[in-house]
Amino acid sequence: MAGDFDPAWVTELYRCMLRIRAFEEKAAELYQKGELPGFLHSSVGQEAVPVGVTAWLERDDLITSTHRGHGHILAKGADPARMFLELYGSEEGYNRGKGGSMHIMDFSIGVLGANGIVGGGVPIAVGAALSLQNRGSDRVVACFFGDGAVTTGAFHEGVNMAAIWDLPVLFVCENNQYAESTPHRTVDRARDLTVRAQGYGIPGEVVDGNDLFAVLEAARRAVERARRGGGPTLLECRTYRWYGHYIGDPAVYRSEEEVASWKARDPLGRVAGWLAERGALDEEGEARLRAEVQAEIEAAAAAGARGRRPAPESALEDVYAG
Amino acid sequence: MREALREALAEEMERDPSVFLLGEDIEDPMGGSYKVTLGLSTRFGRLRVRNAPISEAAIVGAGVGAAVTGSRPVVEVMYMDFLEIAMDQLVSQAAKIRYMSGGQVAVPLTVRCQGGPGRAAGPQHSQLLEAWFAHVPGLKVVVPSTPRDGKALLKAAIRDPDPVLFFEPNILYNSRGPVPDPEADEVAPLGKADVKRPGRDVTVVTYGAMVAMALEAAERLAREDGVAAEVIDLRTVSPWDRETVLASFRKTRALVVAHQAVRQGGMGAEIAATVYEEALDEVDVEIARVGARFAPTPFAPELERYVVPGAEEIVAAARETLERAGRLGAAVGR
Ligand SMILES: Cc1ncc(C[n+]2csc(CCOP(=O)(O)OP(=O)(O)O)c2C)c(N)n1
Repeated sequence: MAGDFDPAWVTELYRCMLRIRAFEEKAAELYQKGELPGFLHSSVGQEAVPVGVTAWLERDDLITSTHRGHGHILAKGADPARMFLELYGSEEGYNRGKGGSMHIMDFSIGVLGANGIVGGGVPIAVGAALSLQNRGSDRVVACFFGDGAVTTGAFHEGVNMAAIWDLPVLFVCENNQYAESTPHRTVDRARDLTVRAQGYGIPGEVVDGNDLFAVLEAARRAVERARRGGGPTLLECRTYRWYGHYIGDPAVYRSEEEVASWKARDPLGRVAGWLAERGALDEEGEARLRAEVQAEIEAAAAAGARGRRPAPESALEDVYAG
Repeated sequence: MREALREALAEEMERDPSVFLLGEDIEDPMGGSYKVTLGLSTRFGRLRVRNAPISEAAIVGAGVGAAVTGSRPVVEVMYMDFLEIAMDQLVSQAAKIRYMSGGQVAVPLTVRCQGGPGRAAGPQHSQLLEAWFAHVPGLKVVVPSTPRDGKALLKAAIRDPDPVLFFEPNILYNSRGPVPDPEADEVAPLGKADVKRPGRDVTVVTYGAMVAMALEAAERLAREDGVAAEVIDLRTVSPWDRETVLASFRKTRALVVAHQAVRQGGMGAEIAATVYEEALDEVDVEIARVGARFAPTPFAPELERYVVPGAEEIVAAARETLERAGRLGAAVGR
């Protein structure tokens, strides 16, 4: 139960949620100023999901992510400065300026990649789990995807394959209600992912994705199961993205009341409340924590702005090995 | 361009009740990720403008099924890159059904996509794949370069009895230009190129977003070198208009084929080789290809610019062909 968690540990998880929020807000600010090229998809409002899941992962466990991947990648331990360097398209960025926001990868901490193709990461996570199983490893793979991915062929084929071979994958659907403008309920007759899980013959759970503790508990069960060779689990985390599909999207397809009702359920507020109740974080502590995180992200963004521009000819490097 | 395409869709839906639209996020209020279908679901209803889940293989496949049973579906796939997911339905189903049924049935399917480089969209959202599809007998591939052509070609694509891939260059959506009235019902023939600028010294064959760059290059060549470049807009990449290209080449005896797609294995190779085969009897055959360097489209703007060619490269290639032919300089064409 939620009461079981160590407040000092939860404080660190809270720090991570604050870091994601600050990163996304800063990136949005820079993007709106015209400093960042390309597209930017914000995960503000969804912070409890990546943090609650990766809390149970070790450094050498793996994740796959999506076009809305900053949160997953930060939660897995990526360096925000190198992420900003990539958002700026610089030489020292994670992808040497070739990938940008939608493609950040850090294999050294098990981030197999954000992905510009909806559903594209699902079979990749399955394959990663396959190679872990072949090697007799107890590592696991967390596969993050949106509600939109649930309707793709790649999702169905991938989950089924993981199910039949008992692969160590945690399929985490971040159901933020919309795929671009399309409400999930209009494109999926299954009430929730537990219905689909049944169809594949694996366990499934629906959790409140704005409640860090609910995510933590469900993810712990799923990770333990995968580690002991029990096979995959489908988790549906119900949450909401505060911004439009991309920064700049006026999001005319949803109402202000709807946005306000979800903002009232800010995942950060719940954790802060939990910590305050236990005397682990008073107002002053909270302010200090926020200031620390803000300073860290400001420094990371400044480092991004100072990055080296890539040499044009480097565009031809890494097409093939060697 | 965006409005011209929307008009083509609306006019065809008005004219033919069997025309319907299917795709992701195409209904109002979104009206498509790039707003081409804005207003159409409100006007024609949600049976004829149908929002689909993210299911490219099923969307295109459903288009094939609808097409062989008396409908004229116009499917929107958000980015050309995502056609990869629907490849079987396009290549092994749509393109083959008429042929392998012994001509029993037509597949009047139109697949609209947008795409191309120029917006730092990165390696998975910037590809130009027209050459892949030009390699497949049974598919037609159309790429418009102006609002007028966009409207007239999209109408032709919808009326065409075969599967047509209609590739909209993203960077042209905001481009402006004259568009014929609904009453004019202008339909451009598929498979017919358009000479966008006549000239007698060098032929520049191109299509899509590169047409504007070729015209800019022609302007510079005229000003700086006194060279009169003829700019041919293929408009239909497959089947492409050999007659117009060969006739122009016979006049100018120098050819530059230019596209933003990767040069290796691209349309430039096909056109250059065809011209070479057909024009072996000409005195001096001078051909140059312009295309993207052999790399995915990178994210950082300066990398993207380095990989993808523009007007500059067309000018250089035209000069090179004429130089090799000994025709660059004071004596040019005069
Ligand atoms: C295969 C594919 N189809 C369409 C798109 C365009 N697209 C990008 S994000 C998106 C919506 C994805 O929704 P969801 O999976 O719920 O993730 P969210 O954006 O809500 O985080 C779409 C349709 C894509 N990137 N890939």
